[in-house]
Amino acid sequence: MDRTSSPPAPPKKRLSLVDFALFAGVAALLLYAGYRVNDVLVYNWSWSRVINFIIRYDETSGAYVANLLLFGLATTLRLAVWATILASIIGVVMGYWRTSENLTLRILSRGYVELIRNLPPLVFIFIFYFFISSQIFPLLGIEDIDRSAVLVDNPMFRVLFGDPQLFPNFLAGVLCLAMFEGAYITEIVRAGIQSVPHGQWEAARAIGLSRTNVLRDVVLPQALRKILPPLAGQFITLIKDSAIVSLISIQELTYLATEVASTTTKVFETWILVGAMYFILCYSFALLFGWLERRASRNRR
Amino acid sequence: MLDATAKPLVEIKHMCKWYGEFSALHDINLTVAEGERVVVCGPSGSGKSTMIRCINQLEAHQKGTILVDGVEVKPGMKNIELIRREVGMVFQSFNLFPHMTILDNLILGPMRNRGASKAEATELAMGYLERVHIAGQAGKYPPQLSGGQQQRVAIARALCMKPKIMLFDEPTSALDPEMIAGVLDVMIELAEEGMTMICVTHEMGFARKVADRVVFMDEGEIIEIAEPQEFFSNPQSDRAQLFLSQLLGH
Repeated sequence: MDRTSSPPAPPKKRLSLVDFALFAGVAALLLYAGYRVNDVLVYNWSWSRVINFIIRYDETSGAYVANLLLFGLATTLRLAVWATILASIIGVVMGYWRTSENLTLRILSRGYVELIRNLPPLVFIFIFYFFISSQIFPLLGIEDIDRSAVLVDNPMFRVLFGDPQLFPNFLAGVLCLAMFEGAYITEIVRAGIQSVPHGQWEAARAIGLSRTNVLRDVVLPQALRKILPPLAGQFITLIKDSAIVSLISIQELTYLATEVASTTTKVFETWILVGAMYFILCYSFALLFGWLERRASRNRR
Repeated sequence: MLDATAKPLVEIKHMCKWYGEFSALHDINLTVAEGERVVVCGPSGSGKSTMIRCINQLEAHQKGTILVDGVEVKPGMKNIELIRREVGMVFQSFNLFPHMTILDNLILGPMRNRGASKAEATELAMGYLERVHIAGQAGKYPPQLSGGQQQRVAIARALCMKPKIMLFDEPTSALDPEMIAGVLDVMIELAEEGMTMICVTHEMGFARKVADRVVFMDEGEIIEIAEPQEFFSNPQSDRAQLFLSQLLGH
């Protein structure tokens, strides 16, 4: 046969009748749900009242300005970013301890991980919040920070940490989230370190590298590359989990949404909009991470 | 041949090692002089690898003493890095660092352990890559190289530490047949330059050609030590005879 002939075309992928039936079924379900809400509950939709809480028209300045829910979204984003940074530090240190030769370090890190993984997040956050806000913060003098000082009351501080008046509160939220997510990152890092073949340790030790150098130069770079996808997933989980700190009065998106829902009584609109905001935030990050991952794997070879 | 006054580089005396209850090494006594080439052979599971891995403490022995260039090597000792830099090691599975270029693989040790500058280390590394005949691949990553090339890089990486002795742990066992010769050639060149070597290998041709002594091990013990001529033509123990007949018989 002629070697230069082109390969046969791959079979075309087409939607079958069954697929259409499935889609139709899902659409019917959605329509029925809409019908129930509209006609049976006789719900009075009013999107504009809630949208006003995202962006409102300011009469005095004659411009559209951000309102409560957008502030909440910003706080959620700030919470997530700081908590991720902190949780990553906790995760790398504890993850290394999990694989350490030192028994004390192993017990400490194992205890931390098991404690957090086997408590409901809500329970953990209540305990931890009351502990740090009543014990640790006074000790560190966080409560006594002069909130009108130049260092604190400037635009940069507002961008990074939000309203200075709410800073101790915000910090408590960040710490709670970081402690909580840190345990999961610890396990991801541990798995990453252990996924690096033992021969890598041996080869690095054999050319006279210290344990620290082996970890820094040889093991962690390889482990990090492997754990980036689960780490990205954990970051998105953290954004969603941040809703839980609304229960300790951190004024992030969910907390403010509760207030908006109760003042406007527009429960459906509020939560659907807030849900959409979370979805857009999380899905954007998912797309971004996916893109970064594809780029990284393309560049490798 | 070696004269009796040559300085001993490695002295193993009455070394024992157990894995749990299993006796992996029993009463090992071996002295390797400076410039000497020793080939260690024996059936798989006989403790050959374990023995040489105790020399740089990748495995900890439990009894007896090991001296490397006059310094005692103890399990859990501080400053083990100072001993390891004098003892180069080549593994069966190469163990190159896959996330680094060939050159970076080579300069890591000298920079971290010997405090060399990047320029010094690079010059040194390029010299050794030249010697193992792969200087052209310095910018590539290990997975882009063939097995034989990777193993030659691994040899160069060990040499970059300017070790006093080289340990080879079955360096050709994971290679495709056509790759073996290239690696053995590098090892032979190294031997001819006077490097002290302990090689665990089944390459009997190599043993005949370069070894000063052959150490035969079985079930965690050294059964006999002889010059290659003597060992291959007239093995003393039954076990060595059996091993050789199995190895050469097919």
